[in-house]
Amino acid sequence: MPLIKSVQGVGHRVVDSIWRLGVAARFLSMTLLQSGMSFRRFHLIVKEMFSSGVMSLIIIGVAGLFVGMVLGLQGFETLKRYGSESALGSLVALSLVRELGPVLAALLFASRAGSAMTAEIGLMKATEQISAMEMMAVSPIARVVAPRFWAGVISMPLLAALFSAMGVFGGYVVGVVMIGVDEGSFWSQMQASVDFRDDIINGVIKSFVFGVAVTVIALFEGFDAPPTAEGVSGATTRTVVESSLAILMLDFILTAFMFRGV
Amino acid sequence: MSEQALVEIRDVNFSYDRRPVLNGINMSFGKGKVIAVMGGSGCGKTTLFRLIGGALRPTRGEVRIDGKVIHELDDKGLYEMRRKMGVLFQFGALFTDMSVFDNVAFQMREHTDLPEEIIHDLVMMKLHAVGLRGTHQLMPAELSGGMARRVALARTIALDPMLILYDEPFAGLDPISLSVVGQLIRKLNDALGTTSVVVTHDVQESLKIVDYVYFISDGVIRAEGTPDEIRASSDPFVHQFVHGEMDGPLPFHYPTAATYEQDMGVNN
Repeated sequence: MPLIKSVQGVGHRVVDSIWRLGVAARFLSMTLLQSGMSFRRFHLIVKEMFSSGVMSLIIIGVAGLFVGMVLGLQGFETLKRYGSESALGSLVALSLVRELGPVLAALLFASRAGSAMTAEIGLMKATEQISAMEMMAVSPIARVVAPRFWAGVISMPLLAALFSAMGVFGGYVVGVVMIGVDEGSFWSQMQASVDFRDDIINGVIKSFVFGVAVTVIALFEGFDAPPTAEGVSGATTRTVVESSLAILMLDFILTAFMFRGV
Repeated sequence: MSEQALVEIRDVNFSYDRRPVLNGINMSFGKGKVIAVMGGSGCGKTTLFRLIGGALRPTRGEVRIDGKVIHELDDKGLYEMRRKMGVLFQFGALFTDMSVFDNVAFQMREHTDLPEEIIHDLVMMKLHAVGLRGTHQLMPAELSGGMARRVALARTIALDPMLILYDEPFAGLDPISLSVVGQLIRKLNDALGTTSVVVTHDVQESLKIVDYVYFISDGVIRAEGTPDEIRASSDPFVHQFVHGEMDGPLPFHYPTAATYEQDMGVNN
C-alpha cells in the first residue's frame, strides 16, 4: 500500500507539472498576443526596463568583474603549464561570451529582477490591484504583464553583454596589470580567436532565450500565486529555483546545437 | 423596488464546486438609488458582488445590468459594460507604483484620448470632490487608510459610471473617516445620478445613507426593506444583526454533533 501511494503521489506531481506547463504556455501566448499596447506605449516598457534592467546593473557589473578576475587568475595558472600565457585573453573572452556571461547574468537576473517581478505581481494580486484593473476593463496581461515581459527580454542580452565586458576587464586587470601578461598578446589573441557570428551572436541568442525563460517564469509565478503572504513567498522561491534550472537546462541544449564542431 | 431598475438579479444560484453559496436570489436595484447588501461574514455578499461585476458566472438564473445579461456577454461586451461601472474594493486597491494623480487618471488614459491638460483638470475635480486635491503628488503608501479609500473613490468615479459597486467600504476605518466615506457615497451618487450598491456589514453607517437594504444569510435573502422598515423590523435575524446581539438565529457556537459534556469527557 505505501508503494502504491508513493506511485500515486509521483503521478499526481507529474500530471500537475504538465498541467502547469500548459497553463504557462497559454500565459505566454496571451502575453505575446496582447503585446501590441506595450509597443504603442513604449514608455511602459522603458519604465519596467529601469526596474528590472537598470537596477540590476551594479550586481551584474560587480559579479562580472570578479568572475573575470578569477578567470584571469585560474586561466594564467593553467596556461602557464603549457607556456601559453599569451592565450589568456582568448580564454577569458571565449569563456565569458559563450557561457559565463549569458548563464551567470541570467542567474543573477533571475535572483534579483525575476524574484522582484514575482513578488510585485503576487502582491498586486493579494491587494486586489489586478482585480481592480480587470473591473476597470483594462487587461492586466496587456497592462502589467506584457511591458514587464518585453523589458526583461530586452534587458537580458544587454546585461549579459555588460557582464562579459566587465569580465574581460577583470581578466585584463589580473592578467596584464597584476601578473604581467603581455598586453599586446592579451588583446590580439582575443581579437583573433573570438568570432562575431559563432561566439558573440550565439551568446546574444542564449541570453535572449534565457531572458524569455526567466521573465515568463517570474511573471507566471506572480500571476498564479495564491493571494496570501505564504503564497507570494512560495511563488518567489519557485521563480528563483525554476529559473535557475531552466537556464542551466536550456544552456546545455543551446550549447549542443550552437557549438558542435566549432 | 423601482419601476426603472438598472440591475436585476433573477433567481440566481451559485456554488463553489458543490458547496452552495447563493440560492434563489432575487433583487432589483433602481436607477439613482443607494442599496445596501448586508449579512455576516461568509454569507455570500462578496460572491454576489462578483456576480454583478461579471467575475463569476451564476449556476442558475441571471444578472441583468442595463438590460443585458452579464454572463452572456463576450469578453469585449463585458469590458464595454465594465467601462460603465465603478468598483471600490475593500482596502481601495490603489496601484502602489503610481501616484494619487496617476491612479485617478488611470482609466481616463486607458479608455479615452483626452489630452493631458483636460485629464489634469478632471483629476483635480475628482480629487476635489473627495476633499483630497492637495494629495495628487503623494504615493499610496503615504496615505492613511481613510485617505486611500477616498482616493480610490475618486478613481472609481473617474469616468462617471452608471453603476458603482462598493465592497466593504467602511472596513477598518476610524469613526470620522467612516462617516466621511459614507457621506461621500451618498453625495456622489446623487450628484452623478448613478446607482450604488454597497456590500457591507456595517449596519449603523449604512442605514444612514442607503435607500434600501437586503439582508442575506445562508445564501438566501432573509429580509429587505427601507432603513426605517429595517430598524422597526421584528424579524429575529434582522434584530440580531442590527443590534449586534451575540446569540440568536445566527448561533454563537459553531454547530457540532457532540455535546459539550461529551467533548469534555464527562459521563452523565
